[in-house]
Amino acid sequence: MINVDFIIGHMNYWLFIVLMMTGLYIVVARGNLVKKIVGLNIFQTSVFMFYISIGKVTGGTAPIYPVDSQGHIQVDPSLTYSNPLPHVLILTAIVVGIATTSLALALIIRIREEYDTIEEDDILKIERELSAQDSKAHGSAMGGRA
Amino acid sequence: MHHHHIILRVVTKMLVGTIILFAFYVQFHGDFSPGGGFQAGVIMAVAFILYGIVFGLNKAKQVFPAWVVHKLVALGVLVYAGTGVASMLLGYNYLDYGAFNPHHPSHGQHWGILAVELGVGITVTGVMVAIYYAFAGRPPPMKDEDW
Amino acid sequence: MSATEVHHVAKTLMDHLPILQVVIPLMSAPLIVMIGNRNLAWLIAFAASAASFVIACLLLSDVIDGSVISYHIGGWAPPLGIEYRIDALNALVLLLISGIGTIVLPYAYTSVKAEIPQRLHTLFYALYMLCLTGLLGMVATGDAFNVFVFLEISSLSTYVLVSLGANKDTRALTAAYDYLIMGTIGATFFVIGLGMLYMATGTLNMADLADRIAEQGANRTVQAAFTFIVVGMGLKAAMYPLHHWLPNAYTYAPSAVTTFLAATATKAAIYVLLRFMFSVFNPGFHFEDWTLYLIFIPFALLAMFAASFVAVFQTNLKRMLAFSSIAQIGYMLLGIAMLNATGLSASIVHLVNHGITKAALFMGAGALILYSGSAFFDNLNGLGRKMPLTGATMVAGGLSLIGVPGTAGFISKWVLVQAAFENGWWIIAVAIMLSSLLAVIYVWRMFEVLYLTAPDEGCTATDPPLPMLIPMLILAVSCIWFGFDTELTLGSAQVAADGLLAGSAGMMAH
Repeated sequence: MINVDFIIGHMNYWLFIVLMMTGLYIVVARGNLVKKIVGLNIFQTSVFMFYISIGKVTGGTAPIYPVDSQGHIQVDPSLTYSNPLPHVLILTAIVVGIATTSLALALIIRIREEYDTIEEDDILKIERELSAQDSKAHGSAMGGRA
Repeated sequence: MHHHHIILRVVTKMLVGTIILFAFYVQFHGDFSPGGGFQAGVIMAVAFILYGIVFGLNKAKQVFPAWVVHKLVALGVLVYAGTGVASMLLGYNYLDYGAFNPHHPSHGQHWGILAVELGVGITVTGVMVAIYYAFAGRPPPMKDEDW
Repeated sequence: MSATEVHHVAKTLMDHLPILQVVIPLMSAPLIVMIGNRNLAWLIAFAASAASFVIACLLLSDVIDGSVISYHIGGWAPPLGIEYRIDALNALVLLLISGIGTIVLPYAYTSVKAEIPQRLHTLFYALYMLCLTGLLGMVATGDAFNVFVFLEISSLSTYVLVSLGANKDTRALTAAYDYLIMGTIGATFFVIGLGMLYMATGTLNMADLADRIAEQGANRTVQAAFTFIVVGMGLKAAMYPLHHWLPNAYTYAPSAVTTFLAATATKAAIYVLLRFMFSVFNPGFHFEDWTLYLIFIPFALLAMFAASFVAVFQTNLKRMLAFSSIAQIGYMLLGIAMLNATGLSASIVHLVNHGITKAALFMGAGALILYSGSAFFDNLNGLGRKMPLTGATMVAGGLSLIGVPGTAGFISKWVLVQAAFENGWWIIAVAIMLSSLLAVIYVWRMFEVLYLTAPDEGCTATDPPLPMLIPMLILAVSCIWFGFDTELTLGSAQVAADGLLAGSAGMMAH
């Protein structure tokens, strides 16, 4: 018996899983280095979504306490507030994600300058040739990119 | 090139100042409303990046030289970590803002968070502009005419 | 609100040690960029890492009796605030990381000059200090999310450090890219795990997490969190099937970087694994011993044999040492999976001993490269005879890698075998010895090339300059020293292992 309530009630997790798998699939399946980074970003974004969704409290509002004219915090006990902590955590993760992306793109630019391509297959071909040259020059059984 | 995009150029000149002003607002009003160093830093960087996109990288680098950008990145981290060290020198825990006003710790926290967010803002501005410079400054693999 | 509203007692320098451990290297990095002078950069980096080494010594001497230091950042008490928590385990790992960080710097001064373009030197030292900060922070903190933040600080700087090898071999770029993809996936898995833990418990402080998990027992969220954390950290630690990034990264990175990474980066990840497996989760949970028995042991054995076997066939010294690192990580995981105090102390002491051994070997390799231009064996013919002290370092490191009695490597393998017998796993004990035989083969190949072949005619190689030689010799001597004097390494490892097991025993009693 399929429990529809269970499935609908965990909608955020389903979406998170779909996004996460999409991202991971792109990282694995695409040969273009930039597309891999796009996949990595989608993967990371799925985690951001996951965190943000677990911070949501049913009926909760933005967790900002109003301040009166004397500067004292006035908390309205009848209101529920969403949990801000996961949001704050994920702000850090977003910044890390930006740093990773820009570093990866910088590496791709350097790779393109050196290899003249950003397709993984071509890069592998070039590297295999380099390894073959190494092993010819320095003895057998280089192992390649294993 | 000079006569192209006249509207973009005029609008940009008008916008850059406003954007910077807004960045300062977000930066220093972060205590009381959503905002703070991250957001302000990005907005501030947008002003310079927009200027660079419209007027060219060289003009942008005249306004905001690359070496200054790199120093700003470091300066912001130093301001942040230095705030913590300052509170430590005052005999409190690292980043305990109460140190800046022992009688009213909550006032001290205002000062502390202001300093820390300033550090964040400076670094984020620097980093965003530095990333833009790094990518835009690379010689293009193909000249515009060759397309 | 904050602790200051209660009676405030001014803190002294000694009270701040846990945070100074991380903040000093952290502040040195932007300072280096601000000053922007190459030679000053080195000096600042060295001063900062030496300071953090002294702090690590002080911390270890404080907690060696099994006590715990807790430092509250910003004066916010845990579990709400971020806590730095130092016990015997992380004090020992902090000592290893800051020690290696300090000792690599004099070596780096010469080595970096030879391998990295001059205009990048300042940034190199800044990144090096950031990497050190990240590793120290990962180990010092008692807050689970803080681990992720420091993990990323160290990883991002590592990717750049690896890619700096592009000056010599363009493959450093693709190695760094591969490492970036793998490392980011690993770190993101770790964050997913933390998110699930937070869902299940509502806290991120490790000690508090442990209490709450023990209270509610195993449920599916906790199990999923455990899986994600183990896989994520396993990637960073180059646990056997997840080791793909390591050989290329170690082979193509600049020598100084390889030395530093090989001795510290995977070790910090192993530490985090230990911390989560024993302090946060605990082996009282069925899913955890099943993971240890059914996944860790087979893969650890595979690592010990397969990676050693691959190492035998390498023609590049650095690459051979990289594969041997993967095999050695197998021993550490095996020690964890034994689930007794002896096994844990074996893996902790191996973490330290192997760190020192590998640092010595990679330093030696770097010195050889300085003269031969490459790490291929046929370029190193007879260099051991021409460079006696470098050769001696390689011998000391090589013997320690095999686990010959009288070296540091022997101690850890001996304790590991003891642990296997304690559990009655004599097959595993035999496997440990057999895999050491494989180590004999690849280390012998190294000796053969260095000593038993004739040097090329007109070879003018001599031992490297003193700044490189002294760190190398210090490490070589410690490879031997820790084979006889085990009080520091094994002594603190035992205290640390007891601490880990006591934590989880307490939880099992709940």
